Amino acid sequence: MSKSFVELSNVTLRYGDDADLAMDTTNMKIAKGEFIAVVGPSGCGKSSLLKLVSGLMPPSDGTVIVDNKEVAGPLKIVGMAFQNPTLLPWRTTLENVLLPLEIVKPHRNLLRKNKAEYIDRARQLLATVGLEGCEDKYPWELSGGMQQRASLCRALIHEPDLLMLDEPFGALDAFTREELWDILQALWMRKPFTVILVTHDLREAAYLADTIYVMSKRPGRILVARENTLARPRDQETTFTPPFIDLVHELRSHIRDVRAA
Amino acid sequence: MMQKKKDFSKAMPWISTIALFAFWELVVRLFAIPEYVLPTPSASIIMGWQFKAAIWMHAVHTLYTTLAGFAIAVVFGVVLGALVGSSKPIYTAANPLLVGFNSVPKVALVPVLVMWFGIGTTPAIITAFLISFFPIVVNVATGLATLEPELRDVLRSLGATRRDILVKVGFPRALPYFFASLKVSITLAFVGSVISETVASNLGVGYLMLSASSRFNMPLVFAGLLVIAAMGIAMYEIFNIIERRSTKWANRANPTN
Repeated sequence: MSKSFVELSNVTLRYGDDADLAMDTTNMKIAKGEFIAVVGPSGCGKSSLLKLVSGLMPPSDGTVIVDNKEVAGPLKIVGMAFQNPTLLPWRTTLENVLLPLEIVKPHRNLLRKNKAEYIDRARQLLATVGLEGCEDKYPWELSGGMQQRASLCRALIHEPDLLMLDEPFGALDAFTREELWDILQALWMRKPFTVILVTHDLREAAYLADTIYVMSKRPGRILVARENTLARPRDQETTFTPPFIDLVHELRSHIRDVRAA
Repeated sequence: MMQKKKDFSKAMPWISTIALFAFWELVVRLFAIPEYVLPTPSASIIMGWQFKAAIWMHAVHTLYTTLAGFAIAVVFGVVLGALVGSSKPIYTAANPLLVGFNSVPKVALVPVLVMWFGIGTTPAIITAFLISFFPIVVNVATGLATLEPELRDVLRSLGATRRDILVKVGFPRALPYFFASLKVSITLAFVGSVISETVASNLGVGYLMLSASSRFNMPLVFAGLLVIAAMGIAMYEIFNIIERRSTKWANRANPTN
């Protein structure tokens, strides 16, 4: 494995000084361009992991290293998408997607000069997720799945090195969800970026990730790191093959053990 | 069918107003209530028409006083609301003071203001300001403080500064709250200016009503009340229209609005 891009060494986390541990001694190494998924029972600190890596929250103990630097404050390069699309209702879809470019350096200083170029880029990205023709619609005129696509575009428009996904497809119907898996996989394969996907959908983890981490109940700990070597691109057919089914099965039994513990 | 229903709803405010006046007129006539207790609306309107020049002059003055106080309240309310809404320590520090201040009856402050500024327009403007800034502060602060944590995370992890977050998301998001508060606030400003005019002024509708009541001219008092109500409705409606135009996205749930 190449040198790690994200590395957690002996990280613990507690909210407040006297509170119980939210996350117990955690070690993780994520390579550049690797797609990892974190699964675990609800409330196990999966989302805290994202906050730790993105620097929104400091670890109580241990170190988080991203791109050879210890994380001391919010990283300035991360793309994020959540279960809730959190689009801004007063902006059109296109304007929503352009938002990160108004904030991230160096784009924020170039935006006015190269407006047309950036808008072009946003339109292309929207087209790849199937939102062609929706650029000037407002978020509330889009369906939940379309909003989530736009949210994904917003997370990717500035070509972040690190993408954080916190159950981004959790609120969608099964068909839309699986369609978005394919879209995400295609975007990732075109130009791999490092992805941390938090999910409770084991099929989703098996479909998308290179490595799947199973976390314990609170306080969260990594129990299993399972490599997923299924060939890419994975598609609908893959999900019906024995290796895929076995993998989901295996993950399921881990989760069962965790919940029983 | 739909069209017919819509037209009907547009006429509703007029119908309800006329119904109220008719009911009022009827009650006064039916029970032969003396005019110095409760005049009929028709008598009030006729009296208002007779005194239209005086009423016009006083009403313009009241409107001016109200708008001046309201304008100060908007500036002050937005600044204070932005401070309170974007900083937890400031919120904690300012909240009890604001609530305490808002609980003080403003009419009790008029004598103090008169001591400081003398009788006339200044205490009326200040009273209008004092009574109307609170809803603006609360609403602007609420709009800023209720920003979704996920959205804040998205922006912070892009390297957004506090100012970026405020400008890109906080203020646009607080706009509907702000406009909603203006509607409440402008009607309160009328209350403030008229209170002060009644207690300590020789101009404005409040003064007009006070002097009319001292001459037992109850129809003129009620004419004054009706004028204040009409001005309040007009101002409310103006801000209602501004609100709907500028924050369409917030009213999307109700297209008939």
